[in-house]
Order: sequence, then structure tokens, then C-alpha cells
Amino acid sequence: MAIKTVIKKNTYFDSVTLMTISTRANELESVKTAMIGMGTDMNIEVIRDVGLYTSELDDITTGDLMIVLDIKEEEDTETVLAEVEELFTKKNQSGTTEISYKTLDSALNDNQESNIVVISVNGNFAYREVNKALDNDKHVMLFSDNVTIEEELALKQKAHEKELFMMGPDCGTAIINGVGLCFANEVRAGDIGIVGASGTGSQEVSVQIHKHGYGVSQLIGTGGRDLSLEIGGIMMLDGLDALLKDEQTEAILLISKPPAKEVEEKIIEKLKNATKQIVIYFIGSERAGSNSEIANVTFANNSLQAVEQVIQYSRMMPAETMLNKNLTIEELNHISTKLKDSQKYIRGLFCGGTLCDELLYSLMEFSDEVYSNIHKSKDRQLTNPNSSKAHTVIDFGDDKFTEGRPHPMIDPTSRIPRILQEARDPEVAVIALDFELGYGSHEDPAGVLEDVIREAKDIAENEGRELVIVGYVLGTEIDPQDVNSQREKLENLGVLVVDSNHQLCEVAKSFIKGA
Amino acid sequence: MRKRNELFHTNLNAINVGIEFINEDLKKQGIKSHQVNWAPPAGGNIELLKVLDRLKEPEIQEKIARANQEAATRITQSKPILIGYDQAINVMPNMTKKTILHAGPPIAYEDMSGPMQGAVQGALVFEELATDIDEADRLARSGEITFSPCHEHDAVGSMAGVTSPSMYVHIIKNETYGNIAYTNLSEQLAKVLRFGANDQTVINRLRWIRDVMGPMLHDAMELCPNGIDLRLMLSQALHMGDECHNRNVAGSTLLIQALTPYIIRTNFSKEQMEEVFEFTASSDYFSGPTWMGVAKCALDAGHNVENSTIVTTMCRNGVEFGIRVSGIGGNNWFTGPAQRVIGPMFAGYTQDDAGLDIGDSAITETYGIGGFAMAAAPAIVPLVGGTVEEALNYSTEMKEITTMPNPNVTIPVLDFMGIPSGIDVLKVMETGMLPIINTAIAHKNPGIGMIGAGLTNPPVNVFNDALMALSEKIVH
Repeated sequence: MAIKTVIKKNTYFDSVTLMTISTRANELESVKTAMIGMGTDMNIEVIRDVGLYTSELDDITTGDLMIVLDIKEEEDTETVLAEVEELFTKKNQSGTTEISYKTLDSALNDNQESNIVVISVNGNFAYREVNKALDNDKHVMLFSDNVTIEEELALKQKAHEKELFMMGPDCGTAIINGVGLCFANEVRAGDIGIVGASGTGSQEVSVQIHKHGYGVSQLIGTGGRDLSLEIGGIMMLDGLDALLKDEQTEAILLISKPPAKEVEEKIIEKLKNATKQIVIYFIGSERAGSNSEIANVTFANNSLQAVEQVIQYSRMMPAETMLNKNLTIEELNHISTKLKDSQKYIRGLFCGGTLCDELLYSLMEFSDEVYSNIHKSKDRQLTNPNSSKAHTVIDFGDDKFTEGRPHPMIDPTSRIPRILQEARDPEVAVIALDFELGYGSHEDPAGVLEDVIREAKDIAENEGRELVIVGYVLGTEIDPQDVNSQREKLENLGVLVVDSNHQLCEVAKSFIKGA
Repeated sequence: MRKRNELFHTNLNAINVGIEFINEDLKKQGIKSHQVNWAPPAGGNIELLKVLDRLKEPEIQEKIARANQEAATRITQSKPILIGYDQAINVMPNMTKKTILHAGPPIAYEDMSGPMQGAVQGALVFEELATDIDEADRLARSGEITFSPCHEHDAVGSMAGVTSPSMYVHIIKNETYGNIAYTNLSEQLAKVLRFGANDQTVINRLRWIRDVMGPMLHDAMELCPNGIDLRLMLSQALHMGDECHNRNVAGSTLLIQALTPYIIRTNFSKEQMEEVFEFTASSDYFSGPTWMGVAKCALDAGHNVENSTIVTTMCRNGVEFGIRVSGIGGNNWFTGPAQRVIGPMFAGYTQDDAGLDIGDSAITETYGIGGFAMAAAPAIVPLVGGTVEEALNYSTEMKEITTMPNPNVTIPVLDFMGIPSGIDVLKVMETGMLPIINTAIAHKNPGIGMIGAGLTNPPVNVFNDALMALSEKIVH
């Protein structure tokens, strides 16, 4: 065993690239552990924690790249180093023929006709870059997180004054003029406009609209905090305004994670004079599913219902639906009989935050024993997010799980140990899993979990239990990944594959007494 | 129509700052997307970033932009002409019989690197101020000798850069702005003073240059009243595959070709002329110092422009790297540790043998040639390491930290792009990109000479310090 440390002064790679390279380096045969990252305090801390710190790292600065390798056999050092170098050059080969810029200033200077800037830099520096884009009259999609609320407010106010879109921060999804930005699915063009303060929620409704034979005019993301008291829904109101004025848009769907009540009121107030049909799905809002006091506004109770309502107002000739058959009550009941009395709980392990939220609120309707890492009330937050109790739903995209690794939609394998852990728990009846397709997402999210799903089923079976695994593949038949083969992979493993996130909630609950 | 709705009727044309796959996905969907490979500005230092942002406030930025335009224009419009050769004592400002000039920022004799001390000792023996090396060392320590950077005497010096009163120097006049720059003659390649060698062969060669080649070149140029347009010649050399720092094959040929008609009309003997022609042909480096002088002559014209953030000097003394900045002006240096030069080593040597970056030759990069013009010289790639593609990239990348292309000196393979000129401290901070320098690797011990060549950068702190000083001066 040998620790090899290589420092490259003044060499910068973005964290996603480094994490990808790190992951691949860890897969190299002769490598026990590989830590590849910029010399940040956090990374140094991680290296200390795993016992790979050497004095060579004493003088490292944040601008330096460090490659720290724990190599199984010392004599392989040179070979391993060459292999790691190759990972970097392989990465470099993609698209070298094109000009890539070092700064937004020079890119703006050379491309004055550009109209949108997508920003995914380290959140501490995002404010600067967004400001430059807005000052140059460019619309912005801000993918970065870790932007302060004060910065978000200042940027959104500036964008509002300049009549620009400022989607984000932490905005994962938008579709503008049929082009998916960041995490987005290929969906049909149509006349339903969406404004979403939630990434996967927006993806889900756009996919369901497509599956029902309808299409999307624009999908505007706002970032998850837009409907907070501090921001006051600036971007949702501006997005709504643009869609109300857009002649391509007949009906509008608004979706958000739980909003601040005052902001919700403000938005509803604005809708009183709206001339188009509007369906609202605000998860956890008191109004969800209630009758509306305003004629052209409907409050949906779940994401699927929101879609079913909004498509009624579309004026487009629907295309053939791409809906899959859901499981019948008889089928579900048959499986239910195999469960033991001790198997009482659902464990939802999600990549998509809003999908997680939807199951969370759905479970809260019948049970007080629902825990999560993203629960709104403190006493229902898991003290240790790595250990479940009662009904537990986990958002693996939450900061606690993404530190030092890519978002689970890019790399869904972070769920692997947890799936096995839940399979060993005799109280678990159901594991619910989501699989996102579309731009930005993993190329084969079902494939990378095949082995662990098989193992989980085996664990339960060896202990004499039936373990129900419900899976939902969020995607369309025109997404870059093949939705049907993704579903097939899961079905072949005995996963109950459903056709919407709402169905995921319903099917999971059907195995729980009293639900 | 409002801008937000306007977007719905326009084809998307995106700039992606950060994660690369987003750019790839956008292109897959058939829209134009431009990638910015972003790195944290100011090296991620929040305090420096605040200062940088202050200087980027519109009013201040405009003031700086005007000044930089002025300074860069002065640099690119400078037309350096070779007007003669003479002994340093006769022509150089503030030269005395007991003055020794050296490369890089100011440094005391005691603190000099081995090769520079060796060169100083050799020069004192050559000047007959000492009879041998030991005595020269004692004299150098005695306080009787004035040590001063070449740069503070309108001059530049290769490697150790040691220039003493009776050495012959180029006299290069800026036709546009009138200033004059000086630089030593090439000792060619062998055991040479500029690498710290100081044995009798070295002293003898210096004396031959002083007694034969120097006077011959002096007399030759007396016969050439209009001088030789060195900027034009530099431009030709670039078109012939030189980058004019480490590759001087074409430039040396052009220079001797231009001098020859005058040399043969001097009163020196045929034998002496033969010696000079053999000497100039013995190494491609003959014109190396000449291009340094050209760069110095142009950059001095851009120095002392109020509010300008352009770098007018980059140089190293083997211990420290120093820069000067136009808007700070004068002989105010920002210094940091000289860096290692990374590249292929000649057989038998390793990095353990290598001295740190040394010499005034980084003046070429400051002007926009050398490492900045590597695209013009693919043949240099095996010497400094890397690939031809990287060489092409260096030149385009340096556009990001410079102010304007120099229309008078161009790179054919890049569609005749002008060399990237006017390194801007603010742009270096913004991009986190340091100027690229290609240079020789000298042995750490005196007298051994060049043991390799490669690439290096200035230390980051010189730009950090320059930024702070600029902010103080410009913002008030």
C-alpha cells in the first residue's frame, strides 16, 4: 500500500468533472482510494479524515489541483499515475475543436447575439457572473446553489426591472422554445405553459402532459426559494405574466414545493384578472384540491391531477397517448397478501426532490409517523438521515447527501447502500424508487441499480419476507435514454413499475393498512 | 414587445458558464451554445475579488479602459529601429565604470543565485577590476560596485543579464516615441557568462567581442544611416516559424543578412570578418537579445500611463520574479519567488540540477512573442514539451488576458491574428490565467549552462500585489 500525492499548481477543473474523474479513478484496479479535487479546506478535511494526508499538501491553495491516491501495490504507482492522467486527457478530448472561453466577459464580447446565459459555477461566485449576464441584457438560468437569499433577491429585482428571466438559483429545469435546459425531458411542443418552483416537479408535469398526448409551450423555472417570504415570488409572477401575454400559451400550470402563505395569496390575487385558465399545484398548500373562489383557477391535489385538469383547456388536437397500463387492484391485493403483519412501513428513496415531497405529503394525509430529511416540521426531521424510522422518505439530492459527489440524478448510485439497509429491515413493506431520464440525467439509471435491486429482493426472500419495490421511470419515448428498456429492466427484476409519480404514491400506500 | 416574450420568438443562443455537459446537451438539441471553462476569479480569494470588483465599477472601468487602450496602442505602434552598437559606458544612462547590471528585479550580490554571482565575477575580471575570480568575489562584496537591474537603465539582459561598462550593446530607437533601449550581444552557445561561466575561455570570448565583433558591428551600422527596421524583421521571423524567445533560426538569418552589406564595407580584415560570420553562424541565438531589445523598446513606451493596468515588465533574477505595471510606473517592482521551469531536460540532467527561472527574456512574452506566439513556431514544441495543438492554444488563450492584438506582428496559422499584447493585471485576476513563458532551463551551478527548456509562469502573488497597489492608486 502506498500513498501518492500529485499537486498541479494553478490548475482548475470544475467539481463535476473532478468528481467524475474521481469516480473513475476509484474504479481503477490498482487503486484502493482516489481523492481528486481542488485544494479547498473541505477537500483537505476529507483527505485528513480518510487518513491520506501527507505533508506534501501543507502548502496547497484553493487554486491547485490535487490527486491523492492510495495504491494497493507500490510498484504499480507509475502505471496508476499514467491511468489517472489519461482520465484527464480523455475528458479534454471532447469538443477541443471549438473555442472555449475562460471568462463570461470574453464569451459575451464575441457572441453579442447570444440571448441566454446558463450558469453552474460555484455558488459563492455565481452572483458576480449573473450580474454580468443581466448587465448585458441576457436572460439567465442559474443552476448553482449556495447563493444567499440576499443575492437572489438583488438579482431577481434587477432582472425584473430589466424585464429579463432570472431562473434560479438552484434551478434545475426549464424548457424554452422547445429546448431543454439542464435537467429536462424531450416533450411535444404545445399550448400549455408551466412555471415551476421545483425541478423534478416541473419535469413530471411536462412528461405527463406529453404522455397524455398534449404539449408544452414554455417551461419556466424559478428556483426552489422563489415562493419564500423573502423573494416574494418575483420570478413566478414575471413568468406568469410572460405566459399570460404569450399567444402560443392557452393554459398555465403553476407548480411549487410548499410556498409561503403570503406569497401564495399574492399570486392568487394576481390571477383574479387573468384571462387564461390556470391550474395550481402547490404541494402542501391548504388550498390543494379545494374548490377555487376564482373562476379560471383550479387547485390540484397531486401532480397527475394537475395535468389531467390543465389539458382540458388545451386547444390542440391531442396526439396518441403514451400512457402505460397501471397495476390493477386485484394484482396489488394479491401481492399484499404475501406481506407479513410486521411489514408496516414505506421507505421512499428519491433522486427527485419534488417527487419526494409529493410522497411525503401524501403519506402525511393518513399517518403522523412520517419522517424525512426534508420534513418541514423539525420533530419529523430525521436526526440521523442515514437511518430510517417508521415511514421514511429521503431526498438524496439534499445537501447532506451531495457534499463531494454529483447530484443523484447524474449518479443514482448513492442510493445503493440505503436500498440494502431498507431490505434488511423486517418492518419495511415497500421501497419506492424514482428514475429520471432526460437531458442531464444518467444514461442508464435503472441499469446501475439492477444488481442492488436483485440483492435486496434476495435478502428479504432469504429472511422469509416479500419485499415490494415500486419504481417510476420519469421520461418520454423521445428522451435521449430509452424509456421502454428502462422500464423493462425494472420489470424483469420484479419491480412494480408505475406510470406517474402520483401512481408511485398510490401504489406504495396500497400496501399499508389504514392508508 | 417585452424582452421576456421576445425570447419566445427568437432562436436560443446560449453561453454556458460551468458544467460542460449542459453545453453538450444544448448543442445536441441543435442550438448554438458557447462554453466558458470558468475558474474562480482572483484565485477564489474573496478579499481580492472585492478589490477587483471595485475596479470594475463602470466609471472606474471606463477610466482604466481608456488608459489601457492608450498604453497598448503605444506598445503596438512602437517601431523599434536598430540604429547602432556601442560600448555600454558610452551610451547607456547612469552607467559608470564600477556599475554592473543584472537581469530581473533589484537584488544584492549576496542574495544572487550561483550563476548570476558567477557572471558578476567573470564581468569584473573582464573589466580588469579584479585579477581573478576570488578577488572579484571579494570586490563584489566590498560595496564598491553598484549593482542595478538592466531594466532600470533602459536595458534588458539575457539569463544572468550581466552587463558591464565596456561590453558592446545594441542601440534600438523607437521611431514612433523616441525612447531608446539597449541590450547585450549574444555570446552564442558554449560556456558563456550569461549562464554564470567565468573561466578564461569565457573572458577571452568577451574580449574578442569587445575588440573585434563589437567595433565591427558599430562601424557597420555607421554606414547604415536609416537603421534596420526590427519590428518588420521580427514580423518576418514569426512568419518563418520563430517565436523569437527560444527559436531564433529565421530571425538570426534575417539579421545577419541585413548587417552583411555594411559589415563588408568596414575596414576590418577579411580574417576578422570570417571570424565574425563564423561566430554568428555558430548558434541560432545570435538575434535572441535583439528581440528582447525590441520588446523592451516598445514596452517602455507604454510604461507610466496613468490608470493603466497593463504589465510593462516581466523579468527574473534567478531568485525573484518581478513585474512592473504601467499605471504604477517608475521602478516600482512587484516581486515573488522565481518558479521552476518545467520541460524536457538534456540527457543526463534532472530537475534536481535545474536553477529557477532567470533572465530578462520574459520581456518577449510581455510584448506578445515567445510563449505568447507559440502558435507561430510549431517546431519549438519538442524543445519545450507539449503538443502542436497546445502551442496553438497558448496563443489564443493569451488573448484572454491581454488588451489587443498587435496588427504589426501576426501569426499566419491563426488567420494572421496579431500577437496578444498588453497583459492586463485585471484580466489575469479575472481569469485566474497566468502569462505563459517558454524559456531555457539553466543549471543551478555557475558555468554549466543550459540543461533544458520548458514552460513556466510568474508567481501569482505579483499580480495580487499589483492589483492592490492599482486599486489604491486608481480608486483613491
